[in-house]
Amino acid sequence: MSVENHTAETPAGERELPLVLLLPPLFPHFHVALTHKFRFLKPWESPLPREEFLAAHACAVRALLCSGPTPVDAELLACLPRLELVVASSAGVNHIDVAACRRRGIAITNAGNAFTDDVADYAVALLIDVLHKISASDRYVRRGLWPIKGDHPLGRKLGGKRVGVIGLGSIGSAVARRLEAFGCTILYHSRRKKPSVSHQFFSNVTDLAAESDVLVTTCTLTAETHHIIDREVMLALGKDGIIINVGRGALVDEKELVRCLMEGEIGGAGLDVFENEPVVPQELLHMDNVVLTHHQAVFTPESFHGLLEVVMGNLEAFFSNRPLPTPVSE
Amino acid sequence: MKPTKCRVEERGTEDDRNPNPKPFTSLTTPPPAMESLGVLLTFPANSYLEEELNKRCKLFRLWETPPENWRQFLRANAGSIRALVGNSTVGADAEMIDALPALEIVASFSVGLDKVDLAKCRERRIRVTNTPDVLTDDVADLAIGLAIATMRRICEADRYVRSGAWNAKGDYKLTSKFSGKTIGIIGLGRIGLAIAKRAEAFDCPISYYSRSEKPQTNYKYYSSVVDLAANCHILIVACALTEETRHIVNREVMDALGPKGVLVNIGRGPHVDEAELVSALIEGRLGGAALDVFEHEPHVPEQLFGLENVVLVPHVGSATWETRKEMADLVLGNLEAHATNKPLLTPVL
Repeated sequence: MSVENHTAETPAGERELPLVLLLPPLFPHFHVALTHKFRFLKPWESPLPREEFLAAHACAVRALLCSGPTPVDAELLACLPRLELVVASSAGVNHIDVAACRRRGIAITNAGNAFTDDVADYAVALLIDVLHKISASDRYVRRGLWPIKGDHPLGRKLGGKRVGVIGLGSIGSAVARRLEAFGCTILYHSRRKKPSVSHQFFSNVTDLAAESDVLVTTCTLTAETHHIIDREVMLALGKDGIIINVGRGALVDEKELVRCLMEGEIGGAGLDVFENEPVVPQELLHMDNVVLTHHQAVFTPESFHGLLEVVMGNLEAFFSNRPLPTPVSE
Repeated sequence: MKPTKCRVEERGTEDDRNPNPKPFTSLTTPPPAMESLGVLLTFPANSYLEEELNKRCKLFRLWETPPENWRQFLRANAGSIRALVGNSTVGADAEMIDALPALEIVASFSVGLDKVDLAKCRERRIRVTNTPDVLTDDVADLAIGLAIATMRRICEADRYVRSGAWNAKGDYKLTSKFSGKTIGIIGLGRIGLAIAKRAEAFDCPISYYSRSEKPQTNYKYYSSVVDLAANCHILIVACALTEETRHIVNREVMDALGPKGVLVNIGRGPHVDEAELVSALIEGRLGGAALDVFEHEPHVPEQLFGLENVVLVPHVGSATWETRKEMADLVLGNLEAHATNKPLLTPVL
């Protein structure tokens, strides 16, 4: 089926624009910018079930733009025989069947460094909040308790803390750089030791936890990193230990985290992500030693603008046969 | 009598300080001279400080008496009280000092001395010590944490999640990026410099206002607070409170900082014209504020409670276990030095 069959659906001037399959949701202001340069196939606007729609209209599609969490799974890929590129508008690609793409030679691009600063800032802020009890004491003040109950309980100092970074990619490195300025010692775990990095490397996360006061998860979610922070790691981290998760909820065994917090096996947590968003374990909602945010770390105008540039850059490069700016490599 | 300004030059010089200070530890046996030292503790301190003072000295607890009976309490014990340990809420004003004819030393459990009548102390030759350096890190950490929390609406997000309102994954709004924003610091002393060092790791350009330019730094100097405010995104108050710096952040400064600007106060409540601040925030003339201190602590203007662009914390600047212990050790060490006629550890007078 050729592209010309689509002319009845699109205004004449757009006939030459490259065709891109879109999986929702797409941020509204992206839409405006991208529709000047690309023609989008939007399955959800059709009354047809998705498979039928794709069979009817998507045989020639070479590129797909997706936002997590809508999965790009093997089933979907099977409906797209000409697909060569998946553009993800996120840093994480855990919602994409990466192995299936590899087998078919389909390239994947992600957000590159568009989010790095904002996620790193958020991780640092969550840590300071947990240690200094910022959100908890803000609640205390707003409830009018300061004149009644006096000073809020003491917090803990950030300076001198040993911070174990799990995943020393661009976000993890940005977190490390910031925390060093606060007098923290950085330790890390990564798939492979990084020779250009002077921080102490741990090939085993439990060992890292045993030497750390804080664990920060800034790695991608894969089958290997699923529940990379489990009960064993939490017990090794210890009763004063703090976990900061700005990656994906499933990096942490959430049920165990709740149990360890309730039992006092770890000291606190700052969580921007959860295993089953938007569901947040009820027990956490009543704790003062946790800070809970609704997957907000990337939501600044600058990150979005940066993301739009990356998405646009990858699509333009692809359709002009130039190298992709932010390919995901294994 | 109003406190005169505390000039940095009047702080203890290197000569006045003990060149080899023996760090105070709670394991050292208290010297006999300490046991007879009557110490007035003006505030309910953390248990470590109170316990050590009680163990080592003759402790008088002012806060256990209601304020209306203070004069009576002081009169009854004036003969024994030779030392006073105050904090940022209850210090040693002229009236208190006059009521204590035997007072020899004021060891403040704070670095700020706005609650100590230094002129009166000078007149009476009363020694004064404070707790510099040990709390610098905590206060600087808090300043940055508060700034990001305000810009990124972290407390607001936490409230939202706890309310159970998060029921759609796409529920987001854009908040202000922190990295790269220009930080304006009022007062480039120990705490101001520590804030600047941290902010640099976020690629924030630094500018400052100070009584005089500091050529040894590379930061941009402004000789007027209004100009500083007009040219920065986040304005942080980190100077000492004196007559000159009272209401240093006034309406003009807030208007210059503007509807996208954020004010962070980790200094003293009176640094900021609080009534003007409330109107500026409510009217949207000021973008946001993070406040650790207030003009009439523990009272916080209730009009702020409903605002999502403010973060309000109850004077927690040095409120960590680690720092409060270090501060307590400094107080105890200074008192011991005084009682045994050794050089004070951190004298101001």
